[in-house]
Amino acid sequence: MPGETHFLSATEIAHAVGGRALSAVEVAQAHLARIAREDGALGCWLRVDEAGALAQAEAVDRAVARGDHLPLAGVPVGLKDLFVTEGLETTAGSRILAGWIPPYDGTAVARLRRAGAVILGKLNMDEFAMGSSNENSAYGPVHNPWDPTRVPGGSSGGSAAAVAAGLCALSLGTDTGGSIRQPASLCGVVGIKPTYGRVSRHGVIAFASSLDQVGPLGRTALDCALALEALAGHDPLDATSIDAPVPRYTDACREPVEGLRVGVPESFFCAAGLDAQVGALVRAAIGKLESLGARVVPIELPNAEHSLATYYLIAPAECSSNLARYDGVRYGLRVPSGDLGQMYKATRAAGFGPEVKRRIMLGTYALRTGYYDAYYLRAQKVRALIKRDFDRAFEACDVIATPTSPVAAWQLGERTIEGCGDPLAMYLADIYTISCNLAGLPGLSVPCGFVDGKLPVGLQLLGPPLGEANVLRVAAGYQRATDWHTRHPASTVGGAA
Amino acid sequence: MTITPEEVRVTAELARLALSDEEVARMTRELGAILGAMERLAAVDVEGVAPMTHAVALDCPEREDVVGPQLGAERALAGAPRRSGQFFEVPRVIAHDKEG
Amino acid sequence: MSRYEPVIGLECHVQLQTRSKLFSAASASFGGEPNDHTDPYTLALPGTLPVLNRRAVEYALRMALATGCRVRRVSRFARKHYFYPDLPKGYQISQYDEPYAEGGAIGFLLDGQPRRVALTRIHLEEDAGKSTHVGGAPTSLVDLNRAGVPLIEVVSEPEIRSAKEAAEYLRALRQLVRWLDICDGNMEEGSLRCDANVSVRPVGATTLGTRTELKNMNSFRHVQQAIEYEVARQTALCERGERVVQETRLWDADRGSSHPMRSKEEAHDYRYLPEPDLPPLHIADEEVERARTSLPELPLARRARFVERLGLTDQDAALLTTERPIADYVEQVIAAGADGKRAANWVASEVLRELNRAERSIADCPIAPPALAGLCRLVDDGTISGKIAKDVFGKMWASGRGAKEIVEAEGLVQLTDEAAIEAACRAAVEANPQQVGKYRAGNDKLIGFFVGQVMKATRGKANPEMVNQMLRRLLS
Repeated sequence: MPGETHFLSATEIAHAVGGRALSAVEVAQAHLARIAREDGALGCWLRVDEAGALAQAEAVDRAVARGDHLPLAGVPVGLKDLFVTEGLETTAGSRILAGWIPPYDGTAVARLRRAGAVILGKLNMDEFAMGSSNENSAYGPVHNPWDPTRVPGGSSGGSAAAVAAGLCALSLGTDTGGSIRQPASLCGVVGIKPTYGRVSRHGVIAFASSLDQVGPLGRTALDCALALEALAGHDPLDATSIDAPVPRYTDACREPVEGLRVGVPESFFCAAGLDAQVGALVRAAIGKLESLGARVVPIELPNAEHSLATYYLIAPAECSSNLARYDGVRYGLRVPSGDLGQMYKATRAAGFGPEVKRRIMLGTYALRTGYYDAYYLRAQKVRALIKRDFDRAFEACDVIATPTSPVAAWQLGERTIEGCGDPLAMYLADIYTISCNLAGLPGLSVPCGFVDGKLPVGLQLLGPPLGEANVLRVAAGYQRATDWHTRHPASTVGGAA
Repeated sequence: MTITPEEVRVTAELARLALSDEEVARMTRELGAILGAMERLAAVDVEGVAPMTHAVALDCPEREDVVGPQLGAERALAGAPRRSGQFFEVPRVIAHDKEG
Repeated sequence: MSRYEPVIGLECHVQLQTRSKLFSAASASFGGEPNDHTDPYTLALPGTLPVLNRRAVEYALRMALATGCRVRRVSRFARKHYFYPDLPKGYQISQYDEPYAEGGAIGFLLDGQPRRVALTRIHLEEDAGKSTHVGGAPTSLVDLNRAGVPLIEVVSEPEIRSAKEAAEYLRALRQLVRWLDICDGNMEEGSLRCDANVSVRPVGATTLGTRTELKNMNSFRHVQQAIEYEVARQTALCERGERVVQETRLWDADRGSSHPMRSKEEAHDYRYLPEPDLPPLHIADEEVERARTSLPELPLARRARFVERLGLTDQDAALLTTERPIADYVEQVIAAGADGKRAANWVASEVLRELNRAERSIADCPIAPPALAGLCRLVDDGTISGKIAKDVFGKMWASGRGAKEIVEAEGLVQLTDEAAIEAACRAAVEANPQQVGKYRAGNDKLIGFFVGQVMKATRGKANPEMVNQMLRRLLS
């Protein structure tokens, strides 16, 4: 019954394919068919690699028949288009990379393949991962499956929406300031940003190198744990990769929440802009954790209020540097000109969208001689203070619980500069997620209810460095005790989902 | 702090972004608003705080000096907007373009 | 004497001869077909990351210790931004405010006097590719084979006071990097490149004048000529009361002059950024110690030792320490039992001359050190004469046979039998009565004629000392 597989969890699919109760090929076919049917109204997929997916699925079935154990056997996966894939066009959601066919696979992609995952294709995203609504894609917006007039969040908007809509069981996203957790929250799925260095960045197109981190999105914490076991671990191709053993995250998910200390920064709930319903749902979720035996402890993160300003100096500075390579010389777009300087300027003006240009400008400005100390250097010092706050807080607690996003999904166009005239409106969507990136910590968003009964809300859980196991454990415990994740958006083409 | 249109132009030149006059005006406004919001950092006491350049404190790892797989010219040039023989082709480089 | 003195500082880029590039596994070797030595990192493909080459760090450390630098236990990489087609990432990974080595000096002899030029710093960085311009064409061609090759940049303090001194400094630097086996020092191929910062100031002044930066000098001669030209140009400007303009000037070797690079009215700002993709480079004490103990005796020390221990002239000692393999060869000949001074003289004269003639390096010398020691010993113990030894050397060179084998096979053992020598001398005297008469009349120099006759008759084997004495007795 191929039509029935699309809301199976990754764990269930891997079990069924590994036990030969389902074939990887039929799972892939069912998902490809569903994408063909449903995605026209959502815009999640930039590229579906049907032939590649079926070839991989067949290879998985053969390997399983041989007796190979593949932890992600036959799990259909979508990749944010920031992941470099050998032989498969990779654009980062930008015109400047249109048509670029990479000659190599990144580490995360290679590890997924090795674990038996079947890569269905590439998912839409904000250009170069810059955005919080997926409206900055050069290839059109993604629509939130719960309400297609609303944004899915960003920048991994396609990754979150595709999982929510049952177009793939797992997806990969990247998170520089909340780009996994915030869309996971807005689309009602689980997304985890691991500790900086936990998953290799090799083969992930860089936005802000000291903040970028790769992570999975799935419908359950257990699925994310399963994916993270395959993804995490030292990679000699990434000099910032941490060389530490990878715990059995799936085992951690089965442990009880009881006895864990959950830190709650009260100031996060007083922030202007926090939707009352969102605040109430998150508090209720914390109450649920307490009822499961967790101990709630108040904590303080006094410098967290500086996170946004700190982030919007550091991230653009690094982005202005990382995006210097898009110059029309070796690959990607070139706007021809007889003059080299004009060629550079015209190419980059035509190739980058408005938000990317804004950040390149901001970052270039912050790094200029004469401004560096006041902006970039100072931001790095404040960053150290933010990290110090977390170090202290984690002396008193095991995880920290906060809202993921101050609001549920908003209307397309509502917060764009073009729509509201305020360049900061969109940035405020990241206020709860950014400090975690600045401090390099693991963070996760898990569905904890619906605003107005229809728009998903996420509970954010943060851990100390390499504390993914406890973060996943709390999320999994919460999901065992709640059923938010069992609800799915209606089909975009009418009828049963 | 406000940013002037002239600073926007200089910054755009450094970033190699062609901006129309209209874009310069808009960018001046937008960057001014964003930088204004960053001003709050000036009030944070960072006396004696070491800047944090990396999210996780690590030593720089070193690899063995071994030649690995290479792409070779054909694959290297596969995505080139313009090539000439085994070279990438660009509009003529004049010495003054080079800053380094 | 000019009222102005030059102030010169040199920035030298030294390519480290590793197998792979500084931050990726593509080949770092010179040449190759265009763009063949490329991998995703070299091309700055999206998603690529740098991983540091261990050997490059070792080589860099060697240079720092050989020049007496302070090695920072924690140094940092930084991105230096500028747009240029041969700079694939739009930035160069270099070191900025925390380089791995600071201080130190390079020593050399200038007109026989020891000089030390202090170093500001040495830092590690990656090389750029190459853009070539075909005359008249509206396009340039980019080859990225060289992009990412490891470099150290050695920056001197502005302590150099003449073009000649600059050239000597550069020669010492080249000798040192070759001695340390970290760079082949080939200025034509660009594995050693040098830029000069030049200013002049009134003699006695302590502040610096406006400086210019000289580029495009790819030989010692160019460096010296370009600096001489620039010092003269600036001095003339100052003497006329005109201002020196701060600029970069390119040396044109064909014209023997330099001209300013056209500078556009645009901001130059490298926007240095601490490299987020590379954690700080930690160099442990043990690593420094290991490098220090494995450092060879340096050229100037070796040169002094050759003078002191082997009794060589400074000129010969300098000649034998131009390159470490030559100095090592000398030491190996001595270790194999040859007298020190004799070994050194053989190498300084015969060996180097033959190598030169054959355009070979000492590594390809057909006479191994023990073989040369064998030859030296035959001379020392009187088995053969010095003259015969030169013939034997030639035969050893051509055939690869040992000295003793040649001497025995060809009957070249020196004649020391007194009766035989007396017989040969008598024969020479009796055959040349006319010369005997002249000699006895006071023409002492004719002794050489008689020695020559005896040597001819004995095919050079007679002991020259004994022949001399015998002839003087017979002729007196």
